[in-house]
Amino acid sequence: MSAIGQSMRRKEDPRMITGRGRYTEDINLPGMLHAVLVRSPEAHATITSIDTSAALERDDVVAVLTGEEMAGDFAGPLPMVWVPPGVEIKTPENWPLKRGEVKHVGDPVAVVVATTRHGAVDAAEDVIVEYDTKPAVVNPEAALEPGSPLVWDEFGTNRTHEWAIGGGDIDAGLAEAEVTVEHRFVNQRTSGAPIEPRCSVAEFRGDDLTLYSTTQIPHIARFVFSGVLGVAEDRLRVVAPDVGGGFGAKLQTYAEEALVLALAKRLGRPVKWVETRTEHMSTSHHGRDQINYVTLGAKRDGTLTACQVRVIADLGAYQQLLTPFIPELGFPVMGGCYRIPNIDLHFTGVFTNKMATDAIRGAGRPEATYWIELMMDRLADELGMDRLELRRKNFIGADEFPYETALGIVYDSGNYQGTLDKLLEHFDLDEFRSEQERLRGEGVYRGVGFSTWVEVCGLAPSRAVGPQGVGLQAAFWESANVRVTPTGSAIVYTGTSPHGQGLDTSFAQIAGDILGIDPQNVDVHHGDTDQGTWGWDTYGSRSLSVGGEAIVRAAQRVQDKAKRICAALLEAAPEDIELVDGKYQVRGSPDRSMTMAEISGAAHIPPNELPADIEPGLEESAFYDPENFVFPFGAHACVVEVDAETGKVQVIRYVAVDDCGPAVNPMLIDGQVHGGIVHAIGQALYEQVVYDEDGQLVTGTFVDYALPTAAEVPSFETDRTETRSPVNTLGVKGIGEAGTIAATPAVAAAVLDAIRPLGVTELDMPMTPMRVWQAIQGVGPRSTEQGRALDDHGDGSAGSGPTGPDEGGAA
Amino acid sequence: MITAPFDYEAPASVEEAVRMLHENGEDAKLLAGGHSLLPLMKVRLAAPTILIDLRNIPGLHGIQQDDGGWRIGPMTRHADLQDTPELGVVARAASGIADQQVRNRGTIGGSLAHGDPASDLPTVLLALDGELTARGPNGERTIAAADLFLDYLTTALAHDEVITEVRLPALQGYGFGYQKFTRRAEDWAMVGVCALVSRAPDGSCDDVRIGLTHMGATPLRATAAEDALRGSALDDNAIAAAAERAADDTDPPGDLNATPDYKRHLARVLTRRALEEAVSV
Amino acid sequence: MSATVHVEVTVNGERRQADVEARLLLVHWLRDELGLTGTHVGCDTTNCGACTIHMNGEAVKSCTVLTAQADGAELTTIEGLATDGELHPMQAAFMDKHGLQCGFCTPGMIMAATDLLERNPNPSDEEIRHGLEGNLCRCTGYHNIVEAVKSAAGAGVSA
Repeated sequence: MSAIGQSMRRKEDPRMITGRGRYTEDINLPGMLHAVLVRSPEAHATITSIDTSAALERDDVVAVLTGEEMAGDFAGPLPMVWVPPGVEIKTPENWPLKRGEVKHVGDPVAVVVATTRHGAVDAAEDVIVEYDTKPAVVNPEAALEPGSPLVWDEFGTNRTHEWAIGGGDIDAGLAEAEVTVEHRFVNQRTSGAPIEPRCSVAEFRGDDLTLYSTTQIPHIARFVFSGVLGVAEDRLRVVAPDVGGGFGAKLQTYAEEALVLALAKRLGRPVKWVETRTEHMSTSHHGRDQINYVTLGAKRDGTLTACQVRVIADLGAYQQLLTPFIPELGFPVMGGCYRIPNIDLHFTGVFTNKMATDAIRGAGRPEATYWIELMMDRLADELGMDRLELRRKNFIGADEFPYETALGIVYDSGNYQGTLDKLLEHFDLDEFRSEQERLRGEGVYRGVGFSTWVEVCGLAPSRAVGPQGVGLQAAFWESANVRVTPTGSAIVYTGTSPHGQGLDTSFAQIAGDILGIDPQNVDVHHGDTDQGTWGWDTYGSRSLSVGGEAIVRAAQRVQDKAKRICAALLEAAPEDIELVDGKYQVRGSPDRSMTMAEISGAAHIPPNELPADIEPGLEESAFYDPENFVFPFGAHACVVEVDAETGKVQVIRYVAVDDCGPAVNPMLIDGQVHGGIVHAIGQALYEQVVYDEDGQLVTGTFVDYALPTAAEVPSFETDRTETRSPVNTLGVKGIGEAGTIAATPAVAAAVLDAIRPLGVTELDMPMTPMRVWQAIQGVGPRSTEQGRALDDHGDGSAGSGPTGPDEGGAA
Repeated sequence: MITAPFDYEAPASVEEAVRMLHENGEDAKLLAGGHSLLPLMKVRLAAPTILIDLRNIPGLHGIQQDDGGWRIGPMTRHADLQDTPELGVVARAASGIADQQVRNRGTIGGSLAHGDPASDLPTVLLALDGELTARGPNGERTIAAADLFLDYLTTALAHDEVITEVRLPALQGYGFGYQKFTRRAEDWAMVGVCALVSRAPDGSCDDVRIGLTHMGATPLRATAAEDALRGSALDDNAIAAAAERAADDTDPPGDLNATPDYKRHLARVLTRRALEEAVSV
Repeated sequence: MSATVHVEVTVNGERRQADVEARLLLVHWLRDELGLTGTHVGCDTTNCGACTIHMNGEAVKSCTVLTAQADGAELTTIEGLATDGELHPMQAAFMDKHGLQCGFCTPGMIMAATDLLERNPNPSDEEIRHGLEGNLCRCTGYHNIVEAVKSAAGAGVSA
């Protein structure tokens, strides 16, 4: 029986449910020192003095170092890797410890190293830093105004870059439109907030540096830090042990990683740094933070003619690894799953005195899906058309794939009508509408929101994303090494770096099937640059569709060799050997067969019968760069109930039908979808990183940054359709970000549907009780935009009422 | 996060604890469950130089009923209150504090002494007109709830006094309601309302007590609403009219999640709901 | 320098004694001194529950307990939950129902869930969700955690 397609229980679990996982913070090395950072309490300031003398006097303190003192420890600043052809991106130097000026709360200015963590924390309190405060700017639109305080004086502007792409003829498309709707969306700043904070441990032995770190990207980290530290790559090993969730927050090359490496090298002892949650909130990169001005045009009959978008992206104070690229990352699907002949997209990046934004689960695609789906609702309302009917009318048809969009992107496969139809098998809309009507009579406000979503993932392909494509200075192929041991176990090394996705299991299923080995005897290794092949790590829902395919290819090569060995030993032709139920047998003579263990034994200790042209050993590698992205899709429905008196929203039902191609492990897919949906519910209803107008971080802990708990969310109803991708032999697409990409508009639309009878037609996320209540009252801000003065006395909240759709003119 | 260093004592008697408090001055703090104090110390918003842990002192833990009321030891945990349904609104309010792990450690004495206006038990004590006994260097004294909460995180307890008992009237015949509004289940109250109502033989309101959580620097009584309802009918209209007065004379602090206006609105809504709950019991 | 406090504690059935700094949090003692690294730290504010252990049979957040306060207590950590090589039914249920992904919140979640069933052997979905409100998970969306607790309850975990 094929292991692929089974809900096999996870191979990762036995150690994790017994407390035997090995996370970075669990690593303690002999003689290890502890580093604690002294960070800026100011949003924008000149450092006038740093007095480390009192800290240095402490017995347990080994070193206290400032940015100036460590200037010689680094060969280069932390990099940003997007160099789009023909576009200049203003990129300030980003040193691990800041020199001269600080640009956001939490910016590191000194590091204390002590023999105990307690001692290092105490000593950090003794470091006296004096600042000369400068004006801060935190609202990205204000930052673009003439006369705004500048985050970086040397650039003379807060505008980091502009990037545009389009297809068709936008002017013609808008002229052709009989109806246009315009709207301004605010996609608020969020935190990745994996439950494991970051941690890094560095060790220097002889000439060899080792970094253990909570990272999604050990290979990229070695590549980057060898440059930052000025050491050869062969002297640097990066290990990602068990990693307690990433969500993009650990897709970064962080200052603290560079610092522990430099300190270990400088001090000759292992050095550990552990992030506090407050540090996570202020200095692990944030996500989203965009303002989108969207215009959608259509014929009276609902046929879409044009989509124009102006994106203002708040990038924060520095360009981290991918910071300026993230808003653009969603561009391939900025027409959604609809036929839109004319598209025009324009992006403006902005510096503000806040932590940098970068990839957080979905990275550009949740933002896009949010406005696409809500704009489809608004257009339907404007046309007086059923919202789902408008979608159906514009869906790219199942028979139109591969489908080239106006932007020149080729969607690999899809059946958007199919997932919507299946969704409506689970969700009786007519029944809901009559129930909704009846309940409104009782003062109970329920609403439903739909999201028919498509996303682009499986990063790769290098030709599209790399230097010759949009300009990332990297490639995005993936690799695998598959080895069968003399006794018939398999070791699979993947260049991806999973951190909760369950790839130890699904990859074992894939390799096991191809090799003819029980997946229980396939051990998947990853996350150590001293092992296996070079890889490009885990992000962008790429691991299965790119990394899994590399495993397929490597395992297939092993299988081919196994067949040749088997054929030689059974005196048959290699092409006559077939793999049936774990046995390599001669076609038509099932009694003449060998197991993989027997074949591998012969491969390692070759008997005389083995021809000389068969090399010993049984191990193959493969490198795979796909021809295209993959485009998973689906249809979601969310039902909420709004307490109209208090404004509190409760998600009471959620149905998701997704399509990520054939399932390797359905249980894991459901798990990814569940988690993704709650991440999206978090953004829609609860989560926001808030800075006040002076750039002080208001949401510095889990008290104020509200992750949903189990009590806030319902259980989910999930189902799937399976439309193969032609891009890879498994036919699979990524599912790690799908729930997060799909669900925010569904939740938001459901809230708006619930309170529409109360006169509310727009509201920004997070749809908190107060904001919903204010919207119902027709007063107050519709969002807590960055830098809005926090209101202590209630008077500042009385703004204009909800703005009309006309207000969202293009920037 | 790591607290600043401190000395630690775990005395065996209240007298000893009082002596230690007295000798160490304002820098000494009592430690009960630690679930208000330790989080502040971990982020170094509090840095006492000595903690005096009450855990070894016998007789500070337990719930006893006597004529007309309850005597509760200050080291009695929220979980113990939660598991004693006979306590009525006290059990109800305790069951909604934070989460089970916190309730398994946090104590009623600690909560009252901390005097956080966002905490639930101070409001309940105030609504019940409870009282506590505290022992200091000069002996014991009784402090009525109405005199206990002076300002934000400030109570009438002297720095060298230890709560030795919390006393709550049983309020036989009172119906109760506790309405706590939060963004998330484990959060502190954005606003909370404790309501107690007794009926006269004719069904009208004989007595009503309404306590407000997080509507000012201290827990508050909604006296205007109480006055409006006392003696009147207990029908929907009277309750709604009284609840409209719940935020009168309040000046709640605004924060990230709630402006003062919104909090006053919530107080009115939650008061109505708490009263409805109280009269339906 | 803090005072040193002598503690005698039973951890996973084993008597331990130590002289610890007064400010040493219980979670740090377990992790750094006893090497019981299954108990995790995910926040600074008693919110996330990753540090949940059992103290005298009840779930507590060990990041908000001083080691000194645990003197005389019986502690069980995730490492002590399985007995005689047999997984605790709650552990088995988490694996069977895919109640974990990255595994970081899992030890605390399992310790809270066993306490939940101890208090309420047959909880409703809503009671499970409220019972776990002190434990944050970013991976699973809680769906399969609830399924795991229901499954363990059905298996009579607390009986």
